[in-house]
Amino acid sequence: MILSLRNVTKTYCLEGAEVRALDGVSIDIKEGEFVAIVGPSGSGKSTLMHIVGLLDTPTSGKVLLEDKEVTRMSEATLAKLRNEHIGFVFQQFNLLPRVSALENVELPLIYKGVGAGERRQRATKMLEMVGLGERLNNWPNQLSGGQQQRVAIARALILNPLIILADEPTGNLDSKTGKDILDLLHKLNKEGHTVVLVTHDSDVAVSAKRQIKIRDGKVVS
Amino acid sequence: MERWFRKMQFNQIISMALRSLQANKVRSFLTMLGVIIGVASVILLVSVGSGLQKYISNQLEGIGSNLILIVPGKLDLKKVSQGGGPTAGLLTSKLTSKDAKDLVSNSSFIKAAAPGTTAQAAIKYGTEKMFSQVVGITANYPEIMNSPLALGEHFTETDDRGGRRVAVIGSEVAKTLFKSDDPLNKKISIGDTKFTVIGVLNSRGLGGASEDHVVIPITVAMRIFNQQKVQVIYAQANNAEQVDQAIAEAKTILLNRLTEDDFTILTQKDILGAVSSILGTLTVALGGIAAISLIVGGIGIMNIMLVSVTERTHEIGLRKALGATPNVILMQFLIEAIVLSAGGGIIGILIGGGGALLLSSVIPSQVTFWAVLLAFSVSFIIGIIFGVMPARKASRMSPIEALRYE
Repeated sequence: MILSLRNVTKTYCLEGAEVRALDGVSIDIKEGEFVAIVGPSGSGKSTLMHIVGLLDTPTSGKVLLEDKEVTRMSEATLAKLRNEHIGFVFQQFNLLPRVSALENVELPLIYKGVGAGERRQRATKMLEMVGLGERLNNWPNQLSGGQQQRVAIARALILNPLIILADEPTGNLDSKTGKDILDLLHKLNKEGHTVVLVTHDSDVAVSAKRQIKIRDGKVVS
Repeated sequence: MERWFRKMQFNQIISMALRSLQANKVRSFLTMLGVIIGVASVILLVSVGSGLQKYISNQLEGIGSNLILIVPGKLDLKKVSQGGGPTAGLLTSKLTSKDAKDLVSNSSFIKAAAPGTTAQAAIKYGTEKMFSQVVGITANYPEIMNSPLALGEHFTETDDRGGRRVAVIGSEVAKTLFKSDDPLNKKISIGDTKFTVIGVLNSRGLGGASEDHVVIPITVAMRIFNQQKVQVIYAQANNAEQVDQAIAEAKTILLNRLTEDDFTILTQKDILGAVSSILGTLTVALGGIAAISLIVGGIGIMNIMLVSVTERTHEIGLRKALGATPNVILMQFLIEAIVLSAGGGIIGILIGGGGALLLSSVIPSQVTFWAVLLAFSVSFIIGIIFGVMPARKASRMSPIEALRYE
């Protein structure tokens, strides 16, 4: 099992009242799956995504990555795990605005400690793989939305993560470009990558092999 | 594996920090300005202070370490260097020319003594006029002061006894009154009396006669300025080793006629010490004020770094998501602050040092190594102290909230 959540609960204190964002959620994600986490706004799907992405820790319950427990690890350790095992794709692309596409893709490699020469090589290859070999030195503001998202996907893949975690990846794209991005994700999945897609859009979710529906902090299907 | 990993990253973090600072050059420079100005002024002031101290030491040392000064009244040099002043005794001197003669005849340790008077007068040559200090002194003055003339001769004992109206002028006086003409054998007026110039003083000289003074025989001075008492007696011990004994004997001799409060005996060492001490205190005080501006500069850096951290909240969240540990984020922002302050320090050192070197043609100034090292270290430390807080703020941000920040 690539990732498991066992009876995970997450509560916040909001203005004195306790808010239960997640309530006893248990999910398993196998290697090579294409899973969509679907739910309306406020359902807790963002919180669930954060926990899946090791960006947050649960109030109670367990999180296991490759069957090893990571629940109570320090932020420094989690950062390292994220670096090596989670590839993020965000709705707003989240590229560094004042560096090139190449340098954006290199960023996870920097935090891993990879040397400059090797970084350049690997990042170039990855950008070529997503079809942006001609755009290595462009800044994000010189790229279209679809191209920026592809840079983000190249960045997500650069350390060969266990999971590609995509949060509304097509949310800021027009329907045609959105479809292209989705197709790219499916292609990567066919090549063996595990993809977890988080969305509120059922049209997007339906393309996944499995859907985890979430409502009011609980998994409902 | 961990150390290798961290070493690789460290260079990267430095270049990331430099990138960020480069991205907004104007802001970075303006932030550095506080430190630049602070360091430049500290270096400049300390250099001038050191230079002056050294210059004065050299001057005094050149005169001769067997020189003894006897001044009227009670003068406590320690008090003077702490900011107090000489007592009123200076104005009502009880010393006479005879005291000087007595010192030589009654002491086996005192080789020569020269009494001196001083007054202010208008000096005229043709249409040129200036106000200057007129020093009345005896013929043995250049010998006692170990300061030969630049031009011409000093007056002799005969001139002194005969009341001859001859004068030796300082180099500044020569320049002002005579411009490029040869002053020798020309006639000048001191007050209402005409004098013949027979010599020009060397530029270097201290303790009664220097560049902007005019020196005349003491008998003449006392007559035209209507003085009965002398303001100073220069005495020369046989050699440096006998100075203490000379002082002891001088005291005994003078106490025959005067009281303890009527005179003070000083050595060149005493004066050197006092001057050095005053200059030292001044340098430290001015340096301290300049150092305060360094703190202000540091606060400016902290301010800008805090703004920068807030502005880059989203970026910080992204970096954390991609694998930056809290320490890596802390390091990046800390390095940015240090680059700003240490960079400002280096520029400040260059400007301050350059300014000191430029000034050295007008005021003696000396850029000392320890001052530069201190200034650089302090600016570096300022970066650390004032950079830590914003850097910690950045490192502690929760990645989720940071990513949500618009």
